[in-house]
Amino acid sequence: MNSQQTIIQLTSIDRVFQLGDTSVQALHDINLTIRQGEYIAVMGPSGSGKSTLLNLLGLLDRPDRGSYELAGRDVTTLNSDEQASVRSKSIGFIFQSFHLVPRLTAAANIELPLVLAGVGVKERAAIVLQAIHDYGLADRAQHRPNELSGGQRQRVAIARATVMRPLVLLADEPTGNLDRATGEEVVRLLEALNQQGMTLIVVTHDQALGARAHRQIHMVDGAIVHDSAQDLIVKEG
Amino acid sequence: MRISDTLRFSSYAAFGNSLRTFLLILAISIGVAAVVVLTALGDGARRYVVDEFSSMGTNLVIVLPGRSETRGFNPANLVTSTPRDLTVEDASSLLKLAGVKLVSPILIATTEINAAGKLRESMLLGTNADYKKLRNLKLSLGRFLSDTETSLAAPEVVLGAQVRKDVFGSANPIGKTVRVGNRKLRVVGVLAEGGRGMGMSSDELLIIPIEMAQAMLNTNTLFRILIETESRSQIEAVKARVLKAIIQRHDGEEDVTVIAQDAVLQTFDKILNVLTLGVAGIAAISLFVAGILVMNVMLVSVTQRTAEIGLLKALGATAKSVQQLFMVEALLLSTLGGLLGLCFGYLGAGLLRYIYPAFPAYPPLWAVVAGLGTALVSGLLFGVMPARRAARLDAIEALSKR
Repeated sequence: MNSQQTIIQLTSIDRVFQLGDTSVQALHDINLTIRQGEYIAVMGPSGSGKSTLLNLLGLLDRPDRGSYELAGRDVTTLNSDEQASVRSKSIGFIFQSFHLVPRLTAAANIELPLVLAGVGVKERAAIVLQAIHDYGLADRAQHRPNELSGGQRQRVAIARATVMRPLVLLADEPTGNLDRATGEEVVRLLEALNQQGMTLIVVTHDQALGARAHRQIHMVDGAIVHDSAQDLIVKEG
Repeated sequence: MRISDTLRFSSYAAFGNSLRTFLLILAISIGVAAVVVLTALGDGARRYVVDEFSSMGTNLVIVLPGRSETRGFNPANLVTSTPRDLTVEDASSLLKLAGVKLVSPILIATTEINAAGKLRESMLLGTNADYKKLRNLKLSLGRFLSDTETSLAAPEVVLGAQVRKDVFGSANPIGKTVRVGNRKLRVVGVLAEGGRGMGMSSDELLIIPIEMAQAMLNTNTLFRILIETESRSQIEAVKARVLKAIIQRHDGEEDVTVIAQDAVLQTFDKILNVLTLGVAGIAAISLFVAGILVMNVMLVSVTQRTAEIGLLKALGATAKSVQQLFMVEALLLSTLGGLLGLCFGYLGAGLLRYIYPAFPAYPPLWAVVAGLGTALVSGLLFGVMPARRAARLDAIEALSKR
C-alpha cells in the first residue's frame, strides 16, 4: 500500500461553525493522508465532524485553517468555479437520500454530470449507455425516480457519481435508507469500484459496514481519535 | 454547460409543474394582450380621426367667418369687432392669389327634398364645380355641378347615394325634376356611396350651386371657404396671403379665421398619440405585475428545488451555470407568455374590427414590440434575484434538507 501514490493530504485542518454567539469546533487539527485506491470508513457518533470532513474532502466546504492537497494540488486556495471544476472531474458523491432529480429519468440523472461538464451529446450517450448496462438498469433507464425501488435509486446515484471517472468516491451513509439485502448489494457495488482502483471513503454509523473497509477512522468531537492505518504502522514498527 | 443542454434542462424544469406554468403564462399573456388591444384601440381612434380629416382633401386651407380670439379678452373688441359677411365675391377673389389652386365657397343648411310623391329631410350643401376636385368626390351616375362662372346658377342638384335610394329607389334619377325647399331642380348626378368628411356622410347630401343656395336661404354669408393650395409647402404662405386679402376686402378688419387642415390634423394626431401612449402605460402596469409574479414563482421554485441546486453544485455545476439555469427558466416562461399574449391581443383586435368594421383597430408596431419587450425584460429582471439566490445557495445546507 505504501507504494501507491498519495491522493489526499490534509494538514492541520480546522473548521469552526458560528452558531449564534457560540462557536462550534467541527474539525480540530485534522491530519490525514489517503493513498490512491484506499477503502476507508469514517465512523463516529453524530456531531463528531465526519460529515463536515466529507464535505471538506468533496470541496463543498472550506477549512478555516490548514491545507488540503488533492492529487498533489493545493485545492484550498482555488476559487469557487475552479473548485466546481475539480468536483466535476475528480469527485463523486453518493448520498443517503440518493438526491435524484425527480422529473428526470434514470438515464437523464446519470447523464447530469456529463451535461454539466459540457460533454458532447454523442459521447454522452455512449457513456450513459455503458453505465446503464454496467449497473443493470437497462430496463429501468426511462423510468423516473419515483418508479424505482430504493436499491435501483441508489444504483442510479452510484452510476451518476462514477460517469465522470472520479479519483475519489465519497459516500455518506450509502445504505442508510436501504434494507439489509439491498444495502449489501450496494456495498458490493461500491467495493467493486474500489477494486478497480477508485478511492472510496464511506461515512457510516453502521459498525458492520465500517468493519468491511480496509482502514477505519474514528472521530470524536472533531478530532481523529483512532486510525487503523496507524495501528499497522505501530505493529510494523 | 452547453446552451442546448441549459435550454433543455430549464424547459423541463419550467414545464414540469404544469399548473404553476399555466397560471404564470396566463398572467403574462394577459398583460401583453392588454397592451396590444388597448393600443389597437387608441391607435385605431387616431387613424379614424386622421382618415376623417384626410378625406376632406389634401393641402386644405379653411376660412371661417368671425375671429377666434387667441390673445385673451380685449375690451376694444367689444366696440370694434363687427364681423362682415364672408361672401362669394371674397371666395372668387382668393382664386387670383399665388399658390391657390382651387377655391370652393360653402353654405350648409337643412332642407327637404320632395320628388315622386316622397318627402325627405336632408342636408343641403351649396358650393361650386371645383368642390368635386377639392374633396375628391366620386360620382356613381351623371355629372357634378356645372361651372358657375359660365352658367350662372343653373337649377341643378347632385344627390347623395342614400337620398337617391330613398327617393328614387333603383330608378334612374338623371334628368328628373325634384323639389328642394321652394325650388324645382333637375338631377344631374348621384354621388358614389361611402364618401365622408366634415363630420357627415356625403350619402345624405344634396349639392346645389352656391348662388342657388344663397337665394333659397336668403343670405349673403358663407359657412366656409375651402382653398386647396398648389403644394404642401405653400400652405403657410397661402394662409398669410388669404388673411391679408380678406382683411383688405373687409376694410382692414380682421374678422375671419384662417386655419390649415394640416395643423388641425397634427393636433388631433398628437392628442390621440398621447392617449394611445397613456393606455399603453396602463396596460404595461399589468405586465409589471406579471413580472413580479414571475419573481414570486421563481423564488418558490428555488425554495422547492433547494436540494436539487445543492446536488447540481456537488456534481460540479458552477454558480454561474446554476444562475443561468434559473434565468433561462424565467425567460422561457415569459417568452411563452409574451407570444401567447400577442396571439390573444391580435385576436382581440381582430374581434374589435369585426364588430366595428369602420374602426381601424390595428395595434401599432411599436406597441407590439414594446409589449413583448417589456414581458421579456421583466422576466429577465425579475428572474435575476431568484437565480442569484439559487447560485449563492450553500450546497451543504441545500443537500442536508429533505
